[in-house]
Amino acid sequence: MIGALIARDVRRGLTGATWIPAAFFLLVVALIPFAVGPDVPILQRVGPGVLWIAALTAALLPIERLVEPDRADGVLDQLAVRGLAEESIAFAKIVAHWLTFGPLLLIAAIPGAALLAMSGQSFVRTGISLAVGTLGLASLAVAIAAVTSGFARSGSLASLLLLPLAIPLLIFGAAASVGGHPSALPLESAITLLLVAGAPFVAGAAIRGART
Amino acid sequence: MTALLRFEGVALTRGGRLLFEDLDIALEAGEALQVAGPNGSGKSSLIRLAAGLLRQERGQIERSAFALADDQAALDRELSLGRALAFWGGSPGPATDALGIAVLAEVQVRLLSSGQLKRATLARAAASGAPLWLLDEPLNALDSDGAERLSKLVAKHRAAGGAVLAASHQPLAGDWTRLELGE
Repeated sequence: MIGALIARDVRRGLTGATWIPAAFFLLVVALIPFAVGPDVPILQRVGPGVLWIAALTAALLPIERLVEPDRADGVLDQLAVRGLAEESIAFAKIVAHWLTFGPLLLIAAIPGAALLAMSGQSFVRTGISLAVGTLGLASLAVAIAAVTSGFARSGSLASLLLLPLAIPLLIFGAAASVGGHPSALPLESAITLLLVAGAPFVAGAAIRGART
Repeated sequence: MTALLRFEGVALTRGGRLLFEDLDIALEAGEALQVAGPNGSGKSSLIRLAAGLLRQERGQIERSAFALADDQAALDRELSLGRALAFWGGSPGPATDALGIAVLAEVQVRLLSSGQLKRATLARAAASGAPLWLLDEPLNALDSDGAERLSKLVAKHRAAGGAVLAASHQPLAGDWTRLELGE
């Protein structure tokens, strides 16, 4: 059932507007040379941080369609009726969300890095830190989507919740991108691991709580 | 004979209001129970309690494998009805035949009328093969043909050793035990 749920969520993601977060990501990156000027050393210096900020804002876009449609349509209830734990449902949603969010964002980071005149080495470091970081962001997005599902204007509330909670990921992810300190990437990975491991429990409790 | 659904001394409060207490239900194979009562008397809550989606305040609930059909279709709107039903497994063929929606298998769920969607919801529950059906307002949006098909399907299910618990404020065709809430 979990495999079928992941396959279904990936299919729904792909037939929906999967490309919007990636396009938004690229658009934010493309605005930077207009805002700070086409000065190559400055762009190279801010490049990794810009990609991270763009990834964070792009992660906000899909939140509203992650959990709420399935709650409103009774899909979450039917999965529970079939004996699937809410935590397993949330885990499946995290996997499916990352599959439709992470890889596309990484592909969009290639032209993004070119727009910021980033060097090959800098791009590879940022790509690795984004690959790890998007997994954490996907977990956070599903947890927050579950917590805010059923609220009016849940989208803006979700943004207010996600951005502060993503700060630790941003700090170490951006540090790993500039190769500042050798422990930045392990610490970023640890935070991602914490989010991946914790998010299903937060989301599961929120899904159960929304029923009463 | 063991009961497919058993409530013992069950009490439920919602939003600080006691909906019912000391409720005993024993539903055995072949039996059908209609929960009736005015709006807000706790019919739907009783169904969700039986489905384990709500927690009782007091008492014991035991249930066998079951299927739930309420007002939420849980069918992906962008898929054809056939594929949307297939996601939930079981064998939807006979159930869609019985409810007269087999011809709609290629139609997208989002294009179905509310009555057709209700039939599809009931077909999803019937296709599960579970011995216990929990139906919340099964007659909502159904026309007379749909209601007749439903009563035949319920009769067949009971004859095959199944049991049905339905919440409805309308009279259901067939031989139902009645439980009045909110009196």
